[in-house]
Amino acid sequence: MERMITCINCPVGCRMTVALSESGEVVSVTGNTCPRGAAYARQECTLPERMITAVIPVEGSPVPLSVKTSKPVPKSLIPEVMRELGHVHVSLPVSAGQVILGNVLETGSDIVATRNLR
Amino acid sequence: MNERFVNILIVGAGPAGLAAAISARENGITSILIVERENEPGGILRQCIHNGFGLHRFKEELTGPEYAQRDIDRVTELGIPVECSTMVLSVSPDLTVTCISSSKGFQVIHAKAVVLAMGCRERPRGALCTPGTRCAGIYSAGTAQRFVNLEGCMPGKRVVILGSGDIGLIMARRMTLQGAKVLACVEIMPYSSGLNRNIVQCLEDYDIPLYLSHTVTDIRGRERLEGVTVSAVDENRMPVPGTEIEFDCDTLLLSCGLIPENELTSAAGIAISPATSGAIVDETFCTGVPGIFACGNVLHVHDLVDYVSDESFKAGAAAAAYVRGGRTESSFIAVRDGDGVRGTVPQKIRAAADQPVSLMFRPAAVYRNSAAVVDWDGKEICRKKAMIFTPGEMALVTLKAEDLRGISGGTLTVRIERS
Repeated sequence: MERMITCINCPVGCRMTVALSESGEVVSVTGNTCPRGAAYARQECTLPERMITAVIPVEGSPVPLSVKTSKPVPKSLIPEVMRELGHVHVSLPVSAGQVILGNVLETGSDIVATRNLR
Repeated sequence: MNERFVNILIVGAGPAGLAAAISARENGITSILIVERENEPGGILRQCIHNGFGLHRFKEELTGPEYAQRDIDRVTELGIPVECSTMVLSVSPDLTVTCISSSKGFQVIHAKAVVLAMGCRERPRGALCTPGTRCAGIYSAGTAQRFVNLEGCMPGKRVVILGSGDIGLIMARRMTLQGAKVLACVEIMPYSSGLNRNIVQCLEDYDIPLYLSHTVTDIRGRERLEGVTVSAVDENRMPVPGTEIEFDCDTLLLSCGLIPENELTSAAGIAISPATSGAIVDETFCTGVPGIFACGNVLHVHDLVDYVSDESFKAGAAAAAYVRGGRTESSFIAVRDGDGVRGTVPQKIRAAADQPVSLMFRPAAVYRNSAAVVDWDGKEICRKKAMIFTPGEMALVTLKAEDLRGISGGTLTVRIERS
């Protein structure tokens, strides 16, 4: 099986072809210009990860709180992480860097505030 | 009348204004004032909650609010006042600025130097000449971003995005994550002006189709938007009959380019470049009016805030030197766009320049394995090779001080030489 991946590391945007075995293991990567591209293509075909950023409502504040995951989480978990965020209750004040939800979905990543709210 | 004096007045407390203020202070200038029309500093970064900012400057990926906070903290630490909720009404060539706020009323401020850092705004529907009804539900992508990220409300449920600029792509993902259905992203050009990374992570990750060489040809709805028609366009960007696709949607977001916000600049009598829609400046970011400087997106639209900060640190330092009286009279070398090059900044260089000068420009198309070449009156003085030049990324060639040695007039041409 083959998968096409567009590299996101730089503006060249190499179109890479990844050959996969029947069990889904990466056999080869072609079309990349540099090693960073090959590494990215492998990651995308095995365990793609993304940072998630969002806003959540805060009691008593007209401005919502912007948050992020402290490190990338598996892409497949994005909808579940968003659902978790819907159940979080936060109250004033909040400082940037404050952990809003620790170890979200056992990923090892925390949901962290990215701004101050007073 | 409320009248006062400062050394440097900065219009706008976004990343450009904050960096210019920090730099001016670090270059020894006291009595600096930043005036901001929003109710807090940070500019557009406040609503850019996604990450990816600061890779060049801080070597880490920050969200917009985090990037802004670093500069805000530094401005606070340096004791530089920021007057928020204050609108600048005019800047005059004698460096007098008038502004108004509900707390202080009308103020006249006399400065020894002024830094223009007002940023840019989005191209509105009226400028796109899109046919159809004038119903509710049509927003610029940045307005929708403000609603969702700063005001905590959703502009709609079923969304079509016209234009594939980065803000439009970012909003495709934001609206999807917040529960809306994004039906399509429609781009009139045969390529997207957005970053690859955003095409992949904002559209492909969520299976949102990107229609290249397509545009919106009709907008339907009486009170609220009910649907749009999308058609393919030919090589002259004219709609092709018979290719119409109908989308039922309640929201249309426009991400069709940014325009530097230069009303104050023009009213001050400062010459504007048709290529950048920003002021014409020299290598110190000084405009045609001595003592008035411009930097950031008000000067030319950037892709990365890191470069805005870098440019604004230079502009702040130059404003500081101007206040100290360290500016020497000089003749100018003109800078002109050549083949494949658009909107080079600066547009002129003082012959007295003794520092390296970065020439920033936008490639007119995608050029692979090519070189950016600077000629002086037909003779090559600098060359920089690159694997790729693309219109979506500002390009840069830096002239060393010795490249300019012996040159006191004439014209520099920046061009792209294809392999």
